Amino acid sequence: MQKILISEADFEIRAEYDALKKTGVGAVVMFAGIVRDTAKDPQLIAMTLEHYPGMTEQEIENIILQAEARWPLQGVRVIHRVGRLLPQENIVFVGTASAHRAAAFESAAFIMDYLKTNAPFWKKEESKTGSAWVDARQADETALHKWRLHK
Amino acid sequence: MKILYFAWMREHTGCSTEEIRLPENVTTISELAVYLRGRSAGHDTALRNLKTVRVAINRKYANLESPITDSDEIAFFPPVTGG
Repeated sequence: MQKILISEADFEIRAEYDALKKTGVGAVVMFAGIVRDTAKDPQLIAMTLEHYPGMTEQEIENIILQAEARWPLQGVRVIHRVGRLLPQENIVFVGTASAHRAAAFESAAFIMDYLKTNAPFWKKEESKTGSAWVDARQADETALHKWRLHK
Repeated sequence: MKILYFAWMREHTGCSTEEIRLPENVTTISELAVYLRGRSAGHDTALRNLKTVRVAINRKYANLESPITDSDEIAFFPPVTGG
């Protein structure tokens, strides 16, 4: 299975889990990012995700290579959706498989942290009051510090 | 050379991609941005504050001082917000 998929289509968590499990290792960690619910934000109608085809895949590939150099991983899968997504729809999936649970947990967090700050995606929020591009968050940048400190 | 714009920068310039011939006196990203600002009022708005902008040369992150050539693909975009 290819490690990276950028797609308008949704992904199937069970199929991703089964594929990661096939690596035969003892630990699989999976993260899913989801469009927030309208119960939390009644104004939200949809989010549209745009990306830079070619560079996106290259940046995620770089992140995966760094993760593989840092942790003993048997499997990695990153899926990111693009296009218009409704509340509660899946946005992103990161799955890692390793013989060691710490490696699986840490590498999945590492991949997500770097994806958020380096992979060229942009979100536009459509709400009942209009639409606006989402601002980058300083907290996402700050999240990278821990990985730089603990090499 | 090929220039790409994304997100709100694309909305300001009114185009996602454009082909230009690189003027001889334009040798870096920041010089290119100054040159591109002259193309339209929208370009001027998009490229006015480069501190808030990211740039890539041939799909790799670069900075304002990075040298460029006429065969490069240059992309201007806001800080990324995926995930």
